[in-house]
Amino acid sequence: MRRDQTILAVITLGLLAYGFYQAIYVAPTEQTMGDIQRIFYYHVPSAWTAGVMFFVNFAASLVYLVRLSPGISKISAMIGNVVAAICVIATLLWRDPLYTWTVKFWLVFSIAVLYYLFWRLGKHTSQGRADAWAVSAAEVGVVFCTIVLITGPLWAKPVWGIWWTWDVRLTTTLVCWMIYVSYLMMRKFSNSSQTATLAAALAVFGFLDVPIVYMSIRWWRTQHPSPVFASQGGSIDPAMSHAVMMNWLAFLCLAGLLAWMRYTLDRRRQHLDYLHTMEALSVSDSARRPTELKGIR
Amino acid sequence: MPTSSTKQTEANPQTEEQRISLDRVSKVFGRVAAVRETTLEFIHSRIYVLLGDNGAGKSTLLRLLAGLAQPTSGSITLHGYTRERMGYMAHASLLYDDLTGMENLRYFAQLYGVAATTDVESRCAGVMSSVALDPALAIPVRDYSQGMRQRLSLARAMVHSPEVMLLDEPFSNVDAASASQMTGLLSKLRHAGCLIVLVTHQLNIVKDIGDEFITFRAGQLISSRRRGQLRPTDIIQ
Amino acid sequence: MSAANNSNTSNSAAAMLRANLAKDLRLEWRSKDALNAMGFFALLVVVIFALSFDPTAEESRRIAGGIFWVAFLFAAVVALNQTWAREMRNQVLDAYRVSPASASALFFGKVLGNFLFVGAIEAVVAPLFMVFYNLRPLGPAWQLIVVFLLGTWALVANGTFFAALSLRTRNREVMLPLLLFPISVPALLSMVEATTTILAGDGSAGMWIKMLAGYDVIFTVAGLLLFELVMNAE
Repeated sequence: MRRDQTILAVITLGLLAYGFYQAIYVAPTEQTMGDIQRIFYYHVPSAWTAGVMFFVNFAASLVYLVRLSPGISKISAMIGNVVAAICVIATLLWRDPLYTWTVKFWLVFSIAVLYYLFWRLGKHTSQGRADAWAVSAAEVGVVFCTIVLITGPLWAKPVWGIWWTWDVRLTTTLVCWMIYVSYLMMRKFSNSSQTATLAAALAVFGFLDVPIVYMSIRWWRTQHPSPVFASQGGSIDPAMSHAVMMNWLAFLCLAGLLAWMRYTLDRRRQHLDYLHTMEALSVSDSARRPTELKGIR
Repeated sequence: MPTSSTKQTEANPQTEEQRISLDRVSKVFGRVAAVRETTLEFIHSRIYVLLGDNGAGKSTLLRLLAGLAQPTSGSITLHGYTRERMGYMAHASLLYDDLTGMENLRYFAQLYGVAATTDVESRCAGVMSSVALDPALAIPVRDYSQGMRQRLSLARAMVHSPEVMLLDEPFSNVDAASASQMTGLLSKLRHAGCLIVLVTHQLNIVKDIGDEFITFRAGQLISSRRRGQLRPTDIIQ
Repeated sequence: MSAANNSNTSNSAAAMLRANLAKDLRLEWRSKDALNAMGFFALLVVVIFALSFDPTAEESRRIAGGIFWVAFLFAAVVALNQTWAREMRNQVLDAYRVSPASASALFFGKVLGNFLFVGAIEAVVAPLFMVFYNLRPLGPAWQLIVVFLLGTWALVANGTFFAALSLRTRNREVMLPLLLFPISVPALLSMVEATTTILAGDGSAGMWIKMLAGYDVIFTVAGLLLFELVMNAE
C-alpha cells in the first residue's frame, strides 16, 4: 500500500468508527420501527456511494471517449456544463422529505467536486488512467450496490413483513446493479485488444439508461398500488441525519480508498502489458537486426 | 506517370513520388510481436512480394497498411495516397456466400461510391471479365470453385480502380491457368501506375512480375532483393 | 465548396444506407436463417406459455402483453445473433471497414433490416397469439400498432448495437442477452404496460407510448454516435 493510501485508510477507519458510534449509540431510536431502523445508517450511505461510483465510472468513460478524438472535446465540454447546471438545479428543486437542506448541500457539493474532477483532472488524464478509474469505480460501485440490495431486505422483512417489493427505488437499484454487473462481465469476456473502448461505449449506454429506468418504474408503480411503502414523512431528528451524513462521508472515503487501490492495481496491470509489449519487441538476436536494410526502396 | 501528376498535392519535390513509408512499425498481440521495428518504403508502379513462412507477420503488415489495425509503435505515412484508393484482398474471401458475383461487386462498388462517378453495372461487369469470370453467372458464391472465388475476391478488391493493391495469398488454391491470368492482370495494373503489395508462398508464380522481394521471419525483415538478385536462401519453405 | 460537399455526403450516406439495407434483405431472403429461427422460436415460447398458464382464464388478458413481449425479446436475440454472424463469415466486415462507407450507414441499415424481420414475424405471430389467448383489444386497437412499431424498434436498435459489441467477446451468443436485457428494462416495461392497458381497455397508454418514443430516440442516437468505435475495435 502506498503511503498516501495508508493515510486515507487511517482516516477512513476513524470515520467509520465515529459513524458507527453515531449510528448505534447517539442517534435516537426510531419510534415505530425500533432499533432495526439503524440499518438505514448503512443502507442509505451505501446507496449514495454506489451512485457516486457509477457516476465516476460514467465520467471516466466519457473522458476516455473524448480523448479518442480531440475534435469533440469542445462540444462535450459545453454539454458537460449544461448537464452540471441541470444537476444542481434539479437537486435544489427536488421535493422529497428525505432530501433535507443538509442532504441537498452535500449533493450539490459532490456534484461540484465531481465536476471539478471531471473537467480539470480530465484534461490531464490519459486514456489509460481514465479506463483504470472506470473499471475501479464500477467494481466498487457494484460492491456497494450489493450491500444496498442485502441490507434493504434485512430491514424490510421485520418492518414491512416482506423481503422485497417492486418499489421504484428497489427496482431501480436492482436494474442498476444488473447493468453494471453486465458491464463487468463484458470487460471480463472481451477478447478485443480495445476492451477499454468497448467498455466506455457500454458505460455511456448504461448510465443513460438509469434515469429512464427510474422514470419508467415510477410510472409503473403509480399505476398499481404500492403494497406497504410508507413515506418517511414528518421531521427527522438532527442526530439521525448527522449519523447518515457521517456514515456517508465514511463510506465515500472507504469507496474512494478501495477504488484507488484497485486503480493502482489496474495501472500496474497496464504497465505490465506495456512491459510485455516492450519485451516482445526487444530483439534477442541482435545479429539478425537488418541494419543493411534501413531505407530500403 | 500520368495519373500521379494530377493527384499530386504536395509541393515539396522530395515527396513528389506517391509512396507509403513505414517508420519502425511494430505490431504486438499480447506477448508476441507479429511485426517488429519494420522500416520500409513502397513506391508506386511496383510490385512488392512479401515472403516468409506462416506467422512471419506478412498478413499483419498488410492489415496495418490497409488501416484495419493500428501499429503498436512506429508510423505509416501515405504520401499522395488515401485509404479510400486502396484495394484489400484478405486470406478470407471477404465475400457474401449467398450473393452472386455481380451482387457482391455491385454492393462493394456502392460502398466506394462508384455509382456517383461511373455506371456501376458496366464497371462491375468489366472488372468481372478482367478476372475471366462471366458477369451473367447467376450462381451464389458458395457454389463457386475455390479458384473462381479467389478471382472474384481479387475483382472485389479492384472494383473501385484502386491505386494501391494489398493482396494476401491471391494465388492459394488457384490453378495454373487462372494464376497466370491473374499475374498478367497485376502486371498490367503495375504498368498503369498501381502499387501492389502481395503476400504469397508461391514464389514461382510471381518471380517474373515482382519488382522487389521482401522476406520476413518471426515478424522481422530479413532481406530485400530486386528481381534477379533473389537467392535460394531467401525463400523459406 | 463545403455546401456541395455536404449535399454530396448526405446523398451518398442515403445511398450507402440503401445499399446496406438492400444487401441485408437480399441475404435474408436467400437464406431465411433469422426469419425461420426467430419465427419458430417465438411460436414455441407462446405455446409453452399457453400450456404453463391457463390461457382461457380472464387473468390471461392481464399477463398476455408480458408473455408476448418476453417471447419477442428472446426471439429477437436469436435474429440479432444471426445478423452479425453473417458479417463475420469470410470476414466481410473487414471489407466494409477498409471502404470509405460510414459505420453509421451499416448500423442504421442493419437496424432497419432487423426491424423489418422482427416486425414481419410479429405480424404473423401476433394474430396467432390473439387466437390462442382468445384476446380482443378493449382499448383503441390502432395504438397497439404504434406500440408494436416503437417497441420493436427499441429492441432492435439496442440489440443491433449490443450484438456488435458482443462480437468482440468470447461466447458472444450468451453475451448479447446479458448486455441487452438490463438496458432494455424500461423499454420492456413500457411495451408490456402499454399493451396490457390497451388490451384491458382501462386507462390510457399514451404515457407509455411517449416513454417508448423517448427511449427509441435516445438509444438510436447513442448507437449511431458510438457504433463507429465498436465497429473499428480490433
